[in-house]
Amino acid sequence: MLTTAEMLQMYRTMALITATSDRASAEVKSGSLQSAFYPVRGLEGVCGALSIAVTTEDQLVSTYRSLGDALAKGSNLRGVIAEIYGRSDGVCGGKGGPMHLHDTSVGFMTSTGIVGSGIPIAVGLGIAAQLDGAQRAVVTTFGDGATSIGAFHEGMNMAGLWKLPVVFLCQNNQWGEHTPIAEYAANTDLAGRAQAYGMRTVRVDGFDPVATAEVLRDALARARNGEGPTFVEAVTYRLTGHSGSADYSYMPADELAAALERDPVPSFRRRLLESGAASESDLAAIDAEVVAQVDDAFAFAQASAPPEQDLRYRDVFADTAALAGTGVAL
Amino acid sequence: MTTAAFLSDDAAGAAQTEVMTMAQALNSALHLAMDADSKVLLLGEDVADPIGGVLKISKGLSTKYGRDRVRPTPIAETGIIGAAVGLAMGGYKPIAEIMFMDFTTVCIDQIVNHAAKLRYMSGGHTPVPLTVRTGVGTRRFGAQHAQNLEAWFMHTPGIKVVVPSTAADAKGLLASCIDDPDPCLFVEHFDLVFTQKDEVPVGLHKVPLGKAAVRRPGEHVTVITYGTQVRNAVAAAETLAEQGISAEVIDLRTLVPLDMETVLESVERTRRAVVLHDAHTFCGPGAELAAQITETLWADLLAPVLRLGAGYSPVPFAAGLDFHPTSDDLVAAVHQLMGR
Ligand SMILES: Cc1ncc(C[n+]2csc(CCOP(=O)(O)OP(=O)(O)O)c2C)c(N)n1
Repeated sequence: MLTTAEMLQMYRTMALITATSDRASAEVKSGSLQSAFYPVRGLEGVCGALSIAVTTEDQLVSTYRSLGDALAKGSNLRGVIAEIYGRSDGVCGGKGGPMHLHDTSVGFMTSTGIVGSGIPIAVGLGIAAQLDGAQRAVVTTFGDGATSIGAFHEGMNMAGLWKLPVVFLCQNNQWGEHTPIAEYAANTDLAGRAQAYGMRTVRVDGFDPVATAEVLRDALARARNGEGPTFVEAVTYRLTGHSGSADYSYMPADELAAALERDPVPSFRRRLLESGAASESDLAAIDAEVVAQVDDAFAFAQASAPPEQDLRYRDVFADTAALAGTGVAL
Repeated sequence: MTTAAFLSDDAAGAAQTEVMTMAQALNSALHLAMDADSKVLLLGEDVADPIGGVLKISKGLSTKYGRDRVRPTPIAETGIIGAAVGLAMGGYKPIAEIMFMDFTTVCIDQIVNHAAKLRYMSGGHTPVPLTVRTGVGTRRFGAQHAQNLEAWFMHTPGIKVVVPSTAADAKGLLASCIDDPDPCLFVEHFDLVFTQKDEVPVGLHKVPLGKAAVRRPGEHVTVITYGTQVRNAVAAAETLAEQGISAEVIDLRTLVPLDMETVLESVERTRRAVVLHDAHTFCGPGAELAAQITETLWADLLAPVLRLGAGYSPVPFAAGLDFHPTSDDLVAAVHQLMGR
């Protein structure tokens, strides 16, 4: 059972994710943000649930659609937005960009632009946690499309084989770029497929943050207790185009409209009000704070300086001396 | 050719040495590294005892350190390297074995997009101290078990590429890779692993990355090479010496970092250079070396820099089909450079 305080915290995170995602999409559309950006609209419930299920010790490996995951893991909004802009104050100093957010200070280990490839990396972090005898779990998020790639199957097999403390969180938004799930999967029962790897699997309504949080809490607790991996299929729907301000023409209008009826933040807001867990003024106050926080982060990012040129060859190797012989003049 | 010609500089001064094969030297390096640091672990297909690796290079390790630290994996190269990347991020020093260099193609994403780039993309927050050990096959196994792909990895900023030619170097360079804060690709030539024997320091032994070795000093021409071709170069140099041509043989030992300083210093003196390797000539490591030598020493060169490498075909199975350069090819190339 979630406490009221936890529900409000979850609402705050979800609202922050929606507002940030929408703002970034708008900035892309206006041309102020010249970058690939993958909106996370539709995933807010899953990310909100994640935010209250993980501890700071837990580790997370995400994908290019990582904005919500980064905020769920507690990464600083200013640093995240500055990174999306490629500025010096970004969490990676501007060298990662929106597809490659990392913030190890909060256990946000990496995010990858290669579909599915974070899965074996999370498996390795899981081996490390197991060897350390640590009470931490590793979560890896990925889309439904990632369940088609070899890396997914290799990683799942290893996790099942070695009973690793990894939670595989499939953010099933039912689209792989422009292809709907039924057109690319022979068996669209992803949880059912995952079962074959010798692990627990759970399917949950990803538009229901409370149910998702309960499932994730349980899965994470089991992982930390040495009870092995869980595959969680959180079923949602992508409420925007694939990237930036992309087109929606290929998405069935009725399907999208039905999904928008269940848009996670407004529907959770209604639920909090109806259940009496929060009042209109409580939520309005959170909404206002969120708007201010997003405005502040975008202003901060836009004012942040681009990285200095001499950073270009830093961090290729630990020591720039290793660049000797490559023709790099330092 | 004598064993002494292959004595590593760094081994020469060491107190206690023992003649061993490259396989034994590698095994010794792994034992010492696992002994010295409990964070060092090995993963790969068949690496555990009783088999101890298909080439037996990890023999004895799982018996001594257990299957948590010497972990036999499923046949899943992407999974192996991905897990090793995660382990490195989790504070370990993993050594991942990819049986044949050809199979690095299966996990090239994890090597090239993840291991090599995470430090950079994270702005320095995510180092990946990973060693990938891989073997380059003999032609006995045909075209999918014999490719020299080192140029692919040299072309990827962020990963070091190491190719030993002596047993002592194999031990010392592997130790350096394991301790290195960056990902390293360590290439073991099957042609050398069991036949190459030399004096190897018995205890902990390190050879620094990025430092070439002059295997034979000379005055008339510089031969720049590495790995299996060092033998051919030394043999050719002996033949050339009988003909009054003095060839200097440089063993690069590591391709990244690349010791251009030693190369350029030598070619500036000899004014002639040949680059020799098993990788394809076309777009191979020699192309980079020849270009850099030419760019820097154009005015000093008495002849264009020559490259000798494999032909532009998959590796043919039949031994009768010429493919890798021989020492005779090198002798002929040097004659061409000398204008004879
Ligand atoms: C290996 C690889 N192939 C193709 C792509 C191009 N691509 C980017 S996102 C995407 C769709 C992935 O769908 P899914 O895993 O469901 O995640 P979602 O974008 O829906 O969150 C594709 C094909 C890629 N980034 N990586």
